[in-house]
Amino acid sequence: MITTDICIVGAGPVGLFAVFEAGLLKMRCHVVDALPVVGGQLAEIYPKKPIYDIPGFPSIVAGELVDNLMKQIEPFHPTFTLGERVETLDKQEDGSFVVKTSEGTEISCKVVAIAGGLGSFEPRKPAIESLESFEGKGVSYMVRDPEVFRSKRIVVAGGGDSALDWTIYLAGLAEELTLVHRGSTFRGAPESAEKVLSMAEEGHIKLLLKSNVTDVHGNGKLDAVTVLIDNETEHKIEVDYFIPLFGLVPKLGPLENWGLELEKGAIVVNTLDYSTNIEGVFAIGDINTYPGKLKLILCGFHESALMAQSAYNIIYPDKKYVLKYTTVNGIQELT
Amino acid sequence: MEDTININVELQDGSRVTLEAPTDMGLSVMEVMKANELNVPAICGGMAICATCHVEVLQSGELPEPSDDEAYMLETLPHATATSRLSCQLKVKPELDGLVVRLMPEA
Repeated sequence: MITTDICIVGAGPVGLFAVFEAGLLKMRCHVVDALPVVGGQLAEIYPKKPIYDIPGFPSIVAGELVDNLMKQIEPFHPTFTLGERVETLDKQEDGSFVVKTSEGTEISCKVVAIAGGLGSFEPRKPAIESLESFEGKGVSYMVRDPEVFRSKRIVVAGGGDSALDWTIYLAGLAEELTLVHRGSTFRGAPESAEKVLSMAEEGHIKLLLKSNVTDVHGNGKLDAVTVLIDNETEHKIEVDYFIPLFGLVPKLGPLENWGLELEKGAIVVNTLDYSTNIEGVFAIGDINTYPGKLKLILCGFHESALMAQSAYNIIYPDKKYVLKYTTVNGIQELT
Repeated sequence: MEDTININVELQDGSRVTLEAPTDMGLSVMEVMKANELNVPAICGGMAICATCHVEVLQSGELPEPSDDEAYMLETLPHATATSRLSCQLKVKPELDGLVVRLMPEA
């Protein structure tokens, strides 16, 4: 069990800066992120893009801003759990919390600050009626253990890189593999696309272009899918597994089940201190909403500072909060 | 107004609304829809990475071709059609006057 003062969910710019604001008030932080690296969107989506609205920086490349933030919080020695998604939040009798991750890591903390940005990236699901009832019973949105598919009949749907790559890989294991793609060409990596086309020509796989999976069938367990070819011919394929691979979409994920007040996929907060409806849980940055909310990094920085002030009052109920200027006090390392 | 165009949006319930959009503010169709409080999540804010602003173009003049990023994203969407676009990538310009789009399931 990891013990800390504040558990920060999300290692994007706002989560990282929250470590700084907490550190000034001598509060320790542990940061959790589903991605294997720090920086959130800045690292994952636009590391090379310049940002022009960070005060004091006419232009700064996103990746560099992350590096600078990491340097800025160094004196406060934050700890990290990366590549694990937060799953559950349990309030303890003494008012503290235990946060648990997808890999079972447990973090005991007095305050939780959710700086989850867009949320975590989850598989995009096609709108097929009753698809969800077959999840884990023949329908899976990712390949965790390829061995599961050995000597099975599989339908893969999608036309992006992951659909192509998994088709190539699983074709070697499966008894029978059909790739269903909506388009007539592939825009993914040309080598993968060529390989898939030649595998289809040689009869190693079946390739259905201009086709969509429109229905799934089975009694408790998937046994067939319906494919609509060229928008006119319906074709039923008997399968053991259906793997729709349509990319990822950001979602709130397990946070949705924490009992937080939500509005249009964002967490409702009080602008006094960005507290949520759960005492001791705050939400800062792009993941929160309030009247007049702007999804800007600079707003998230401001929110971190106010959150830290209230967190201080929770963590040190007997001490009086005093605003300290770094120009006067400098930075005092947390040891 | 001279520097305003009309954009028609078919909502998830099948009804249509007409939005006025200024052409001189560098807005995208997604931003115009959001500004009019239509139910468009557009989670990523316009970077062509989430597709939660996906629309099908029902009627238009000539539109600029999708960029590689947009085309790739459209390719991965389960419900895309031949005239699907990410509305965050469609800039509001005079040529777009009279555009008709339909909000798609991802949006």
